Amino acid sequence: MSKLLKVTSSPHIRHEDSTRGIMLDVIIALLPAAIYGCILFGLRAAIILVVTVATAVASEAIWNLALKKPQTIGDCSAILTGLLLGMNLSSQTPVWIAAIGSVVAIIVVKQMFGGLGFNFANPAMTARIVLLVSFAGQMSNYVSPIDAVTTATPLANNTPITLKELFFGMHSGAIGETSSFLLIIGGLYLMLRRVIKPIIPVAFIGTVAIATLIAGGDLKLAIFGGGLMLGAIFMATDYVTTPTTDLGKLVFGIGCGLITFVIRQFGALPEGVSYAILLMNILTPHINRLTLSKPFGAKEVAKS
Amino acid sequence: MKLPESILRPVKLIRGGMHLDHQKNTAECETVIMPTPSTVYIPLSQHIGAPANPIVKKGDNVFVGTLIGEAGGFVSAPVHSSVSGTVADVKDLTIGNGTLQKYIIIESDGKMEKDPELKPFEIKSFSDLAEAAKQCGLVGLGGAGFPTHVKLSPSKDVEIDTLIINAAECEPYITSDYRECVEGLKDVIEGVYLIKEKLGIKKVVIGVESNKPRAIELLMQVAADHRDADDSVKIMKLPSKYPQGAEKVIIYSATGRKLPAGKLPSDVGCIVMNVTSVATLYRFITTGMPLVSKRITVDGTAVSEPKNLLVPIGTPIKEILDFVGVDMENVDRVLMGGPMMGNPVVSCESVLEKRNNAILAMRDKKPQPQTACIRCGRCADTCPMSLYPAMVETALRTGNKESLNSLNTNYCMECGCCSYVCPAKRPLTQVMRTAKAEIRRQSK
Ligand code: SF4
Ligand code: SF4
Repeated sequence: MSKLLKVTSSPHIRHEDSTRGIMLDVIIALLPAAIYGCILFGLRAAIILVVTVATAVASEAIWNLALKKPQTIGDCSAILTGLLLGMNLSSQTPVWIAAIGSVVAIIVVKQMFGGLGFNFANPAMTARIVLLVSFAGQMSNYVSPIDAVTTATPLANNTPITLKELFFGMHSGAIGETSSFLLIIGGLYLMLRRVIKPIIPVAFIGTVAIATLIAGGDLKLAIFGGGLMLGAIFMATDYVTTPTTDLGKLVFGIGCGLITFVIRQFGALPEGVSYAILLMNILTPHINRLTLSKPFGAKEVAKS
Repeated sequence: MKLPESILRPVKLIRGGMHLDHQKNTAECETVIMPTPSTVYIPLSQHIGAPANPIVKKGDNVFVGTLIGEAGGFVSAPVHSSVSGTVADVKDLTIGNGTLQKYIIIESDGKMEKDPELKPFEIKSFSDLAEAAKQCGLVGLGGAGFPTHVKLSPSKDVEIDTLIINAAECEPYITSDYRECVEGLKDVIEGVYLIKEKLGIKKVVIGVESNKPRAIELLMQVAADHRDADDSVKIMKLPSKYPQGAEKVIIYSATGRKLPAGKLPSDVGCIVMNVTSVATLYRFITTGMPLVSKRITVDGTAVSEPKNLLVPIGTPIKEILDFVGVDMENVDRVLMGGPMMGNPVVSCESVLEKRNNAILAMRDKKPQPQTACIRCGRCADTCPMSLYPAMVETALRTGNKESLNSLNTNYCMECGCCSYVCPAKRPLTQVMRTAKAEIRRQSK
């Protein structure tokens, strides 16, 4: 009897990129801004990030154990969700609220919809909105990094601020959103690694910029003053909840930009990025369906 | 000598596809003639369509090139003896991929004597060319083994204006076509001109991937030597991008025409032939020697000394791997063809067939874990046919027939790009096959 060979269907080789590798790349890209946030806002910020990450991973592990499902924490997506959530919170957020946020993100928004790949909305961002709505008071405490005095984010108050301060992140805000500079570096890293395409961030930020210019608003505040960079580069490019087609990505980016602008301009809220992305997440399946391209050679079929 | 630029054909690029690690380790390995095996097992069905009918019986003496099986219909191909010796038996065996097939078993006398009756084939008309391909027993490469004469018999009402010679060889590892271009250059080029002339085709495009600069240079050189006023034979330097050698892709690259699903190249005015097929056909026409042996690349992650070999058809794979010195302890799988589209064999008792151009002995790496689809869109981005494999998988899983039918799975050429790029390691190409089978089942 000759040796038994393995028989599997072609192709017989695979690219080395993996789900875990992609998640790790996004985490790496976020780290500079996250570390900067910890330096800027101190120990409290670091504690929040550790708590959100740990709670997110624990929630996923317990869910899988309780439901006797295969363990999925090895894919690192829970770490990423926890980190993103933490970076979107103010350093003044009570630790227990941050922990609740991670539980909501992982259990309610992700696992209840079927786990990785099946959730329709971005877990970190949706959890943040849930926290904002549930704990409005505790959630909107921001401190100034300079004197640790409670203050509003640059988007919401009117004290003058220079472009340099805005761009490099010497101002109040959520832990990971202040330094546009480091977030852009992270985004460029992801594009270089071919993890994300530039379409959504460029369309999103570009639309906000153009709309703000037309409306005569303060451009530098609109672009660098709030959560736009973090949202456009890291949340609006989440694979699972955004369109997969290039045209769909463009539509999604422009849509996010417009909604953000409208909320900021006409709504009662200073910030609109999260809501804009959530609304567009809901439309994503439809955008995908409407922007499918024809297969190679299909037009000729239609003609003949 | 400076070669005229006009010999180069500009290339139209297709969307999708991808860069693979070429692994052309054997590119400069001169072809070695494999020692004659003691016994060959020649399958009567090495092609799509009806199997050939055996015309020899136990005890008959045969020579290299002796017809031993006649074509069983129009879509069929004859088979010839690949050694000289005695027919030991004609019987059904399961040494292929588990299914019962008829084989002619020939015990070699080791002399490799050519059949004295072989004589050059005279081509007088258009249809003689197809007849030559048929008598030569030529079949296409790739999984199916489509009889070549069917391709060379386009229906009367289509006009063929372009002959495309496929020397792209986009699969990793394989260099047998490249070796044909280098070692059999004369047969290739004479064959090209013969077919062009006999079929009355105006334009010829020879497509070679840019990772074979020597082949491109050699071909340009001879094309320049044979040059005519309007440069009717052109060389096309294709990007080294998989699956550049796929029929639809190379047709588009050469002519800008898109071949719709279910159509033949002749429907868009093209005939596509593989370089090795052209050279084999030319050798048949000039000497009468049909397709009895193949040049194959033996390589793979479990092979320490890869080689190009000339092997009689019907040689057991085990003997070929033994000859190359492969330690079977290290081998997890053996592929006939390239790593992207090749077929795995169940056991090394399988034999070399006409359509094979490589044998790869692979040792598996530890596979990356499979996860749920993360909807990264890479499968759709690389699909040369602009399909959406991830959506097909969802439609199949949820049993959504309407969606499945709208996703044009019949355009899939099973190139494997989608499975290759998927970071979640979804078996997408297999999903596409299942989906196609499912749709076929439903429409019955
Ligand atoms: S490549 Fe894999 S993970 Fe990405 S969309 Fe396709 S199936 Fe999903
Ligand atoms: S195997 Fe089919 S679906 Fe996958 S990339 Fe190739 S043509 Fe597209």
